[in-house]
Amino acid sequence: MKVSLNWLKEYISVTLEPSEISKKLTMAGLEVEAVEERYEYLTHVVVAKVLEVKPHPNAGKLSVCRVDVGTDQELQIVCGAPNVRKGMFAPCALEGAILPGDLKIKAGKLRGEVSQGMLCSASELYLNSDTSGIMDLEGDFKAGTPLDEALKLSDTVFEINLTPNRPDCLSMIGVAREIGAFTELRQKLNLPLFSIPEDKIGKESIHSYAKVEILDPDLCPRYSAGLLFDVKIMPSPFWMQDKLKTVGLTPINNVVDITNFVMLEMGQPLHAFDFDNVAKGNIIIRRASGDTEFKTLDSKTHALQPDMLMICDGERPVAIAGVMGGENSEITDTTTRVLIESAYFNPISIRKTAKITGIATDASHRFERGVDPDGTMNALKRAVSLIAELCDAIITEGCIDVYPEKFVPVDIELSTQALNIRLGTDFDADTIKRFLESVEFKVKIINNTKLIVGVPSFRVDVTRPEDLSEEVARLWGYDNIRTSYPLLSAKGRHLAPKVSLRKKIREILTGFSLSEVINYNFIHENSCDRLNLSAGDKKRNVETILNPISDQMSILRSSMLPGLLETMKKNISQQTTGVKIFEIGKIFNATQKGFLPEENEMVAGLVTGNQKEQTWYSKKSEIDFFDLKGVVEGFFEALMIWNLVFEKIEDQSFPYYQKGYAAFVSSGDMLIGSLGKIDAKVLRNFGIKQDAFVFDFDFKVIQDLLPDSISARLLPKFPSISRDITIIVNRCVTVGAVLKQMEIFSGQEPLIERIFLFDAFEGPPLSEDKKSLSFRIIYRSGEKTLKEKNIQKIHETISKMLLNKFDAYPPELL
Amino acid sequence: MQSTIVEIETEALESIEQAFDSVVLEQITIKYLGRKGILTGFLRNISSLSETERPDAGKNANILKEKLEKAIQTRQLKIEAQIDEDFQGIDVTLPGRFTRRGSFHPITQVAGEISDIFLRLGFDIAESPEVETDYYNFEALNIPKYHPARDMQDTFYVSENIVLRTHTSPSQPRVMEKTKPPVRIISPGKVFRCDSDITHTPMFHQVEGLMVDKNISFGDLKGILTTFIHQFFDMETSLRFRPSFFPFTEPSAEVDIRCVMCKGAGCRICSKTGWLEVLGSGMVHPAVFENVGYDTSQYTGFAFGMGIERLAMLKYGIDDIRKFFENDIRFLRQF
Repeated sequence: MKVSLNWLKEYISVTLEPSEISKKLTMAGLEVEAVEERYEYLTHVVVAKVLEVKPHPNAGKLSVCRVDVGTDQELQIVCGAPNVRKGMFAPCALEGAILPGDLKIKAGKLRGEVSQGMLCSASELYLNSDTSGIMDLEGDFKAGTPLDEALKLSDTVFEINLTPNRPDCLSMIGVAREIGAFTELRQKLNLPLFSIPEDKIGKESIHSYAKVEILDPDLCPRYSAGLLFDVKIMPSPFWMQDKLKTVGLTPINNVVDITNFVMLEMGQPLHAFDFDNVAKGNIIIRRASGDTEFKTLDSKTHALQPDMLMICDGERPVAIAGVMGGENSEITDTTTRVLIESAYFNPISIRKTAKITGIATDASHRFERGVDPDGTMNALKRAVSLIAELCDAIITEGCIDVYPEKFVPVDIELSTQALNIRLGTDFDADTIKRFLESVEFKVKIINNTKLIVGVPSFRVDVTRPEDLSEEVARLWGYDNIRTSYPLLSAKGRHLAPKVSLRKKIREILTGFSLSEVINYNFIHENSCDRLNLSAGDKKRNVETILNPISDQMSILRSSMLPGLLETMKKNISQQTTGVKIFEIGKIFNATQKGFLPEENEMVAGLVTGNQKEQTWYSKKSEIDFFDLKGVVEGFFEALMIWNLVFEKIEDQSFPYYQKGYAAFVSSGDMLIGSLGKIDAKVLRNFGIKQDAFVFDFDFKVIQDLLPDSISARLLPKFPSISRDITIIVNRCVTVGAVLKQMEIFSGQEPLIERIFLFDAFEGPPLSEDKKSLSFRIIYRSGEKTLKEKNIQKIHETISKMLLNKFDAYPPELL
Repeated sequence: MQSTIVEIETEALESIEQAFDSVVLEQITIKYLGRKGILTGFLRNISSLSETERPDAGKNANILKEKLEKAIQTRQLKIEAQIDEDFQGIDVTLPGRFTRRGSFHPITQVAGEISDIFLRLGFDIAESPEVETDYYNFEALNIPKYHPARDMQDTFYVSENIVLRTHTSPSQPRVMEKTKPPVRIISPGKVFRCDSDITHTPMFHQVEGLMVDKNISFGDLKGILTTFIHQFFDMETSLRFRPSFFPFTEPSAEVDIRCVMCKGAGCRICSKTGWLEVLGSGMVHPAVFENVGYDTSQYTGFAFGMGIERLAMLKYGIDDIRKFFENDIRFLRQF
């Protein structure tokens, strides 16, 4: 909200500098976001003395003037005003000035004569409405004095970012009251006096013409109205238009401007009806019920809902209560009889209506935050007296004030001790009283520990003692409250296990060259289709956002993959073709409507591009499945999760992996997740042209698999010996199957310490359906140094076993 | 005919002198001093000499052995010195066999830094769901339906009563429902608001904080947050507490810090005010305590919340919040 310092000064005298006011308002909770100088547009407008006036050679109505603007060089200016004369002082806009209406002043020629500026009328400078000629500055001036200085024009406009709890400050008087509280004298406000001249009060009573009936007092606890006849609609006086414009409102006509002016002054929104269009002179306040649509004065038609509060006349709705008036009863140039509404509406009702209709007005903004429930009559009287004065109208005698739900003032019992504990202060009752009274609370001290505080009706935000503690704190100044440090018990606690595991995961994966990414939780609505998910896939069970930013971000992710693939794509488009990334985050599966979705934390990663760039020590080579698998194995090893099983995914349960190129990862009977190569079709769906390999693990399962403790093993005392076995098998035989048989065997054979594959080979001289696998077996005894003879038999047995089991033959038979 | 000691000596010393590398020298060593070497052979044959010749011959041969050993050693050192002198060394500027470490996301890093500070102050970490009920996100926090405060946060809805949490504050009632005071937690996590421009992304991160006990005061709130700011930025960073409004705290305070860019002189980052808003905070509203069944006459507490992106942007001089979620590797690697 904008407030003007000059306007504020009508209610309170302030001598503080604008910057000081701005700071104090901010520190009192009325955050000043911007400070503007009202007359900044008068920069480059100075007082000029007209030295000479000659007729323009080519234009009868123009004169060519020589003027002194305080510089060495006199200027020549072409002027069209009839009142320009030698010796007068007038405002002159110099080159570079920008006048209201975005009029940029430039030197140039006017009908062939040089003109180096512009002599201005008061209207052009927006100083009053006089357009008859240039402004005649009476008195003695020094040529070249800036106009604002010469005329003592100054005003500061503060833009205040008001928090929703302070509707009382949505008015000049409200802000003035706050300023009064922090000026030295704690002054009382000069509230506007409204005396209505006798001759403006008509003989007839309002009650003979108008009747107000509230059918839904829960939504409209109070409705006050005044009626005026013989209203002359015209533009409002300059001073009023100027005030409205200063704070950002557009003047319309005198009646509308007055309702706006009073709203800005007192915070009470008013509405003016053309009484001739109020059928039967009746105002009925009721829910819309049967009415289904309504045309507001901005000519837009709105659908109504039965619960919306409407102002109706004897026949039909004439306004959406507290939100906007109707076209059917608005003030026009021909209006002569005006009914002014000043009401208190239920804030929630107004807010609902404003939300549903999508109309936000200055009135609804105030009503939904809560206007002063006791303020309707005051504002009504102020408006009526202004209309009588400025629209030359006659006031019908009396006012209507229907007030079915009486406002009950709030009294709060305040304990000084509780307040001091809350704030960390040691105020006594008198000090607290002084603070609260400065913003018009009524305080009665019961004893030094207890006060009874009467809350002024406009402070709708204050209902409990804690609210008063805020008043005291902000009026004393938050910065003046002593900083202290709470005493804590030294009881030790464990760090949340999830937090430490995440940290560990990040450390491990970054060690494997993967960088952490954070993708949005929401993904493209087509993501499930893009992943090729089948119709019944659980991942299709997504939560949809009802009001998404775009369809790119319209569902909650049920998989980490779309985010990773999008990130890969974005990086490739930036010429980063090598992408190694991971993300820890949640996926969501819808449950029942109206219930929270399942949230599962995942650890997923993606690698693509080159395993190595070409270097002096290696050739360029592309990442493949086993690069990813190596990362995965290293990852689990670092977490000390052993006994990993990789099992090829044979069915179509993960349709986004290329068939035959993906595996489940489990440990014991716990399925951790999967890894694989992304299917080409899926890559195409994401607009990606290079292979991508991903892993996707369940964080919770990883957490459950972590070892509880680690116990150290003794290192072996005796040396080991190693022997190799190479077998040639059919291609379809998997390394895993062979190793499994060897493990079963070694389970019975304590001398075998470890078995691993060290070579795998396909191609000539082997026939196409064959491959060769070479394993190394490490033998060791805990009791002695092994000799050939100790293991020879074991080694022969295991070799034979393999040859038999896998229909294999040794390389010698090749 | 066996060579004489003298002959062996002359010949051996000459060849040692002429040896120009370690291999040749090694061969010479073997030739004379090896198991089947000339001098070794000579010594072995001493027994076949006459009684009178034997002592001298033995003595001379042993002297010669020592002499040769010394000559070889000297020569070896010379050869090594020569090698050192001649050798140009490896090209250490050839790139190493490099493995690049990945990077932690900057938001993770800043969140970790914030958490660590509060962990040192005795706070625990408590997390809560990213998708929330209207109750925990609003009602329990004293934000009833149709309260204008709901305008302060544009909410994503999943259904009428299920929202993407708009702040990490739901962790407050969730923790308090399960825990009796004293409570001392922080709760970092993702939050969501329908907003997207250079300073807003529809998803961002916050850290919530809550401390409840007997006699916790606004002064304590100032103490804890001042400590935090001093640790996160530096001890010179001045801060101010400014009245504000949050429905779930009373009194409420915004915390501003002296602009880290211009040090208060006024710049673009701080909109010429010299101050940057970094934290929202306040004393827990009694209505929130009532909702979780805490006795408001016994306990007081404070709560605070901060945007991680905001702090990360200040810390790293990032001017566009969207960069955090574009995940451009070149951006991520900087942290």
